[in-house]
Amino acid sequence: MNTVIEVKNLGKSYNIIHNRSLGYITLRDSITAIFRNPLNFIWQKTKKIRGVNTKEKFWALKDINFEIEKGEVVGIIGPNGAGKSTLLKILTGITPPTTGEVKIKGKIASLLEVGTGFHPELTGKENIFLNGAILGMRRKEISEKLDQIVKFADIEKFIDTPVKYYSSGMYVRLAFSVAAHMEPDILLVDEVLAVGDAEFQQKCLGKMEDVTRAEGRTILFVSHNMGAIRSLCKKVILIEKGSVRMVGNAHEVIDYYLSGRHGTQAVSEFAVDPKRQAQIQVISIVNKDKKPTTTIPLSESFSIEIDFVVKEKLYDTLLALFFYSNGDLILFSTEADAAVPFPNYEPGTYHAKVTIPANLFNTGRYFFKVEILKPAIELVDGKQDLQFEIIDTQGLNKTTTLQGYNVGKIGTMLDFSVKKI
Amino acid sequence: MNAQMTIIKPKKTFSWNDLKEIWQYKELLYFFSWRDLKVRYKQTTIGVSWAIVQPLATMIVFSVFFGKLAGIPSDGIPYPIFVYTGLLFWQFFSAALSQTSNSLIGNAAIVTKVYFPRILLPISGVITQFVDFFIASLVLVGLMLYYGYIPHMTGILVMPLLLFITFLASVGGGLFLASINVKYRDVKYALPFFIQILLFVTPVIYPASLAGKYSWILAINPMTGVIKGARGALLGNEPINWLLLLISFVAVITLFIVGLYFFKKTERYFADII
Repeated sequence: MNTVIEVKNLGKSYNIIHNRSLGYITLRDSITAIFRNPLNFIWQKTKKIRGVNTKEKFWALKDINFEIEKGEVVGIIGPNGAGKSTLLKILTGITPPTTGEVKIKGKIASLLEVGTGFHPELTGKENIFLNGAILGMRRKEISEKLDQIVKFADIEKFIDTPVKYYSSGMYVRLAFSVAAHMEPDILLVDEVLAVGDAEFQQKCLGKMEDVTRAEGRTILFVSHNMGAIRSLCKKVILIEKGSVRMVGNAHEVIDYYLSGRHGTQAVSEFAVDPKRQAQIQVISIVNKDKKPTTTIPLSESFSIEIDFVVKEKLYDTLLALFFYSNGDLILFSTEADAAVPFPNYEPGTYHAKVTIPANLFNTGRYFFKVEILKPAIELVDGKQDLQFEIIDTQGLNKTTTLQGYNVGKIGTMLDFSVKKI
Repeated sequence: MNAQMTIIKPKKTFSWNDLKEIWQYKELLYFFSWRDLKVRYKQTTIGVSWAIVQPLATMIVFSVFFGKLAGIPSDGIPYPIFVYTGLLFWQFFSAALSQTSNSLIGNAAIVTKVYFPRILLPISGVITQFVDFFIASLVLVGLMLYYGYIPHMTGILVMPLLLFITFLASVGGGLFLASINVKYRDVKYALPFFIQILLFVTPVIYPASLAGKYSWILAINPMTGVIKGARGALLGNEPINWLLLLISFVAVITLFIVGLYFFKKTERYFADII
C-alpha cells in the first residue's frame, strides 16, 4: 500500500512566558525593561549569543511517529491538552514543528473550524467564494459547485442576503456545506461535527462516508465523540501528554482509553491551608467498579467522593456541588436538598460520597466545583475546575448520542408510551 | 491527479519556494483584496465616493488654511492642485501602512485555523489601495483640466514607476509593522501618531525647496522623491530629478528587503502568539 502521511520524530515546544499578565507583550514594557535594568538586558542577550537557553520549554508534542495509508480513516483521541490540535496544526502547516518532519503525499485540506473567514457583511454567495478560496479551492471549482453547495445547505432563498441576517443554523449549514464540497486527497477534521442540528450532522457524516468509500480519500478525524469515531474510523491513534500512547484497531484503542488507566486527574489532592476552619483535602471521581477515572460511560452511575477536615465547629454549613457545561451552571445540589435544617459539623475528619445516577448527564465534558459553605454568609472552602467526561460506549444504541453530543446536556431517557388507538 | 509532495520541517527563514507558493495562492490574494474592498465600501454609507471625498476634503481644508491663510509657497503652482498631487500619493502610502500593520491581527481567526502564505494578507492590504488611488486620481484629472495643465509624455510614463516605489515603500513598511504588531500589541496606538509626524517631514503641504540647503535630509524619505517626481512630471514646475528618484528607489528596495526579512523571520510564530 502507499503511505500518504509519514510523521517522523515530530516535536513541538513552546517557550513558557511568565509575567504575561495582560495576555500580550507590549513594546512599552519591553523598552522600559531595557532602561530599568540595562545590564540585565545585555546579560540576557549575551546568554542568547553564547547559546545558553534560559527559557523554560513546554513540549506540546514529543517524538511522534506514525504512518497513514491512502484511503484510511483514522481517529485521533486523547484527553484535552494532550496535543491533538497541535498535531493537526502542524500537519496543515499552520504552525511549524520544532523537531522532526512530516511527509505528505497529495493535496491536504483542513477543517479545524467551519466558516473560517466568513464576513458578516458579505452575502451568502460571496462568502462561499471567500471561504472556498481560504480552504484552498480554485475559483473555477467553486463556481462549478456553487449550486450544489447552496442546495446542500438548503439556503437557496437567502443566497444574496448578507450572512449577518442569517440564523445561526443557516450560518452553520452554509459554512459546513462549503467545507463538505472540498475535494482534497487528505482531509483533517477537528471536532467540527459537533455543530448544527442533528439532522444536518447526519447528512454531513453521510457525505463524509460517501466520499471516503467512493474516492479513497484519507481522513484524519479528531474527536471526543467515541460513537462517531467508532462508526467512522477503523484505526485510532491515542495521544497522551504529547506522545503517541497507542495506535491500532479502533475498538482496542478506544477500550484502552476508556479503561481509566490514564485518569490521573481523577483524584485531586489539595495543599493544606492552616488558616481555614475546614478544608477539602481529596476529591475523587470513582466509577461503579470503585476505580478512579474521569471518563464515565453514559449508561453507568458514578460517584464523587470528598475527604475533608473540620478544625473548628461549623454551624449551619453545607457541602455543595455545582456542575457546569460550557460555563453554564446546569445542576446545583447540596446535602440539605432532601433535609433542612442545615447540619452542624463537629471538628474531625469526614468522607462524603455523592452518587450520580446513570444517564443523568449526556455525553460531553462537564466541570464541577465542590464547596463547603454557610449559605449567604461565608464560603469556608471551595475547589473548582474539576472535570469528568461522559462518553458513549455503546455507539449506536441511543439516538441522542449517535448524532453527536450537542443534542442536550441531560441524558435521562424518558418513558415513551405510544399506542395505536 | 498527480500527487504533490509536501514536506513539513522546522522552518527556515527564506527559500525560493516561497515565491512559487505565493504564485500558487494568487487566487486567495485576489479574494482577500476583493473582500477588503467590498467590505470597506459596504460599510460606509456613501460607498465608493468615500475614496474621492476623503482626499478632496483634505485638499480643500489644506488649501484654505495652508495655501490661503498661512500663505505657504507652492512653487508657483495653484495650491489646490499642488497639494492634491502630494495627497494622492501620501494617502496611498499612509492608508496602506495602517491597513497592512493591522492585517495579521485583524485576520487572527483565519491565521490560526488555515494555512496559506501569511504574506498575502499585508500585500492584499496594499493592493486595495490602488483602487482608491485610481478613483481619487479622477479628481486630479479634473483639477488639471480646470487649471489647464497638460502633462508631457515622459510625465505620464513616469507615473507607474512612482506608483511602484510607493507600493514597495508601503509593502516594506507594512510587513515590518504587521509582524511587530503581532508581538507588541501597543504598536497600533503609536502608529497614527507616527504617520502624522511623517506627513510633516514629507513635502506634501509645502514644496521641498522650502527646506533650502537642508532639503537633502528630506530625500532620505522615499516619499519625498515620489511626490517631487509626481509634481515635476504632471505639473512641470521642475524637471524630474532622476538622481533623487534613484535614491528613493534604493531606499525603498532596502526598506522592502528589511521588512520582508523581518516578516519571514517572525512569520513562523504568528499562529502561536497571535
